Amino acid sequence: MSILINKDTKVITQGITGKTGQFHTEKCIEYANGKACFVAGVNPKKAGEKIFDVPIFASVREAKAATGATVSVIYVPPAGAADAVWEACEADLDLAICITEGIPVRDMLVVRNKMKQKVAKGGKETLLLGPNCPGLITPDEIKIGIMPGHIHRKGRIGIVSRSGTLTYEAVAQVTELGLGQSSAVGIGGDPINGLKHIDIMKAFNDDPDTDAVIMIGEIGGPDEADAARWCKANMKKPIVGFIAGVTAPAGKRMGHAGALISGGADTADAKLAIMEECGFKITRDPSVMGKLLKSLL
Amino acid sequence: MKIHEYQGKEILRKFGVATPRGTACFSVDDAVKAAEALGSKVWVVKAQIHAGGRGKGGGVRLARTLDEVRSHASSILGMQLVTHQTGPEGRKVGRLLIEEGSDIKKEYYAACLTDRATQTVAMMASSEGGMDIEEVAKKTPEKIIKVFINPLDGISDAQALELARGIGVPSASQAQAVDTFKKLYACYMETDASLAEINPLILDGNGDIKALDAKFNFDANALYRHPEIVAYRDLDEEDPDEIEASKYDLAYISLDGNIGCLVNGAGLAMATMDTIKLFGAEPANFLDVGGGATTEKVTEAFKIMLKNPKVKGILVNIFGGIMRCDTIATGIVAAAKEVHLSVPLVVRMKGTNEEIGKQILAESGLPIIAANTMAEAATKIVAAVK
Repeated sequence: MSILINKDTKVITQGITGKTGQFHTEKCIEYANGKACFVAGVNPKKAGEKIFDVPIFASVREAKAATGATVSVIYVPPAGAADAVWEACEADLDLAICITEGIPVRDMLVVRNKMKQKVAKGGKETLLLGPNCPGLITPDEIKIGIMPGHIHRKGRIGIVSRSGTLTYEAVAQVTELGLGQSSAVGIGGDPINGLKHIDIMKAFNDDPDTDAVIMIGEIGGPDEADAARWCKANMKKPIVGFIAGVTAPAGKRMGHAGALISGGADTADAKLAIMEECGFKITRDPSVMGKLLKSLL
Repeated sequence: MKIHEYQGKEILRKFGVATPRGTACFSVDDAVKAAEALGSKVWVVKAQIHAGGRGKGGGVRLARTLDEVRSHASSILGMQLVTHQTGPEGRKVGRLLIEEGSDIKKEYYAACLTDRATQTVAMMASSEGGMDIEEVAKKTPEKIIKVFINPLDGISDAQALELARGIGVPSASQAQAVDTFKKLYACYMETDASLAEINPLILDGNGDIKALDAKFNFDANALYRHPEIVAYRDLDEEDPDEIEASKYDLAYISLDGNIGCLVNGAGLAMATMDTIKLFGAEPANFLDVGGGATTEKVTEAFKIMLKNPKVKGILVNIFGGIMRCDTIATGIVAAAKEVHLSVPLVVRMKGTNEEIGKQILAESGLPIIAANTMAEAATKIVAAVK
C-alpha cells in the first residue's frame, strides 16, 4: 500500500499540451505503471486530439466521464491555475495535484474557500496537493509530478517536505542506505495550499506499509508545529525532523513565497524545538536525515 | 514588493480612506513650495524610505514655519537614516513627504494580512497605535482585536464594528471607523497586497478618522496584473545585486558571511546555508538557480556572488533531477573560466548523470574540490577559506 495514489490510480493531466505539461507527462508515462495510469489530458481547444497516445478532452468533467479518472495533475500557467484547481473540484475528483509555481495568493485564497464552502454544503471533498509542489510518488507504481523517478526505490519510509530538491535529497539518502520509500510527498512552498504536513502525517500513520517518516519543513507559518503536536498525541511511528532556514534572516522571502519569517514562532529554531518536544528525532545536519532514520528502525 | 508611504497613501485615497493632504518632494526647494501650497499652520517633514522606525531615527520632524520646513528638509534629504529596520549602515533618504499637520486626539493601529492557518484575511486593530505592533502583541496581546474575513463573503458591517468598538473608537466616530476598515479591506484585496498597515490610524480634533501612515507589501506573484503598482517600484531602495539577479530569474539575497553558495531549489538552498553555519562559517548569500539552470544563468550567478568582496569561497550544491549534472558541470566550468575564479570552489553534485558531471569537473583543469555529501562539502569549503 501507499498513501493517496497507487498503481491503479487513473490520472487526468490539466495543461498537458503546454511545454512543461508535455515534458513531465512523458516522464510520468515512462515511469512504472504510468502508461496505464495517465489516461486523459485537458485542453478545450484541442479536444479530440491525442498526445503521447493520451486522449485530450475539453474539460475535466468530460475526461472523468470518459475514463473514470479520480486524480488530476495541473501544469496550467499561474494566471489560470486556480481556475484549473476549481475545475477539478467541480468535477468531484478525489485529488488535484497542482505543480504550478507563482499563483497569486489571492487566487488561492478564493479557490480554497470555494472548496471548503462546497464541502460545507454537503458536496464531495476534493483534496488539493500544492500548489508550487513537485507532486508525489509511490515508487515502482506511479509518479505524478516533476521528481526524478530513478532516485526512488520501493520501501517502507514515508517522506514529506515543502521543497522539491530537499525532498529528493532525503529520498536519495534513504535509497542509498538500502531502504526505500512507501510514498514521497511534496506539499509545496506557497503560503496558501491544500494538504499540509499534518494531513500527510495522518496518512502515513494509517498506512500499514509505512514504518517511519522523515518530515522536512521550512521557516514560515504554523504547519510544522501543528503537525508535531498532532504527532505527539497520535503518531505510532518514529519520525526524523529537519527544518530548513536556521540562517534565514527575518522579513526576507527565501525563494518560496511561504518561506518568510514574520513572527517569533515560525523560525527554524522555534519549530525544531517544538518538534523535539513532540518526540521527533531532529537534526540540524540535513546530510544525516537518512542515517538517523535508519538508527530508529 | 514594498512601496513608499506617500505612494501607499495615494492608494488609500483611491479607495476612499481619508489621509492628511501632502506632497512628495525630491528637493528642498520643492519641499518649501509644497508646504506653501498646502497652506497649513504646521507641517510634517517625513523621510521616505522602505523601512519602519523613521521617527525615532530623526526622519520625521514637525515644522511651524516655512523656514523650519526648509531646515528640516535640508537635514533629512540625503541623510543616512538609521532605524531598527535598516541595519547599522542606514538608508539614504532621496524623497520627502511634506504633509499638513494633524490634530491627533488618539492613535490606533489597523492592518490587513493573509492568515495561513485559517486561509482567510485577518484584519487586526489596536487601541495602541503609533507603537511597534510586535511589542504590543508581546506585552498586551489583549489589546489587539482580530477578525477573520472569508474572501467569498468580504468584510461584514458586524466585523468592522467589532473592530471599531474593540479598540474604543468613540461612538460618534464609529461609523467612520467602520467605513475605513471596509475600505482598507477592499484596498487589500483589489491591489493583491500581502500587507496593508495603517499605523497610526488617528482620531482628530473634529472626530474624523484618518490614516497618518501607510505601509504596503504586495504579492510578487500578482504583480503581472498590477502595472499601476509596479510603477511605484523604487530601485534605489533595493539591493543592486538582488535587482541584477532578478534579471536572470535567479532568487538571490545577500547575507553577511563569507561563503557564497549556489544551489537549485529554495529548500535545498536554505539547507545548504544552514549546513555551512553548522560547520563553523556563515553564508554570504542565498541563491536559488531554479529548475532550468543554463550555462548563462550559472555564469551570471557566479558573477553576482563574486561581486561581494566578502566572498572567500564558493559552495555549489546541485541535486540533478530534471536538470542533469553534466549540464550544470559544463556551466560551472564555463563560468569559472569566464570570471577567472580565484577563490576556492567546492562542488557537490547528486542525481541524474552525476558521474559524467564529476568527470567534466575533474577534467576541466580547474582546482575544483569535489564532495559527496552536503556535510562534506561544507567541511571542505570552511577549511579552504581558513
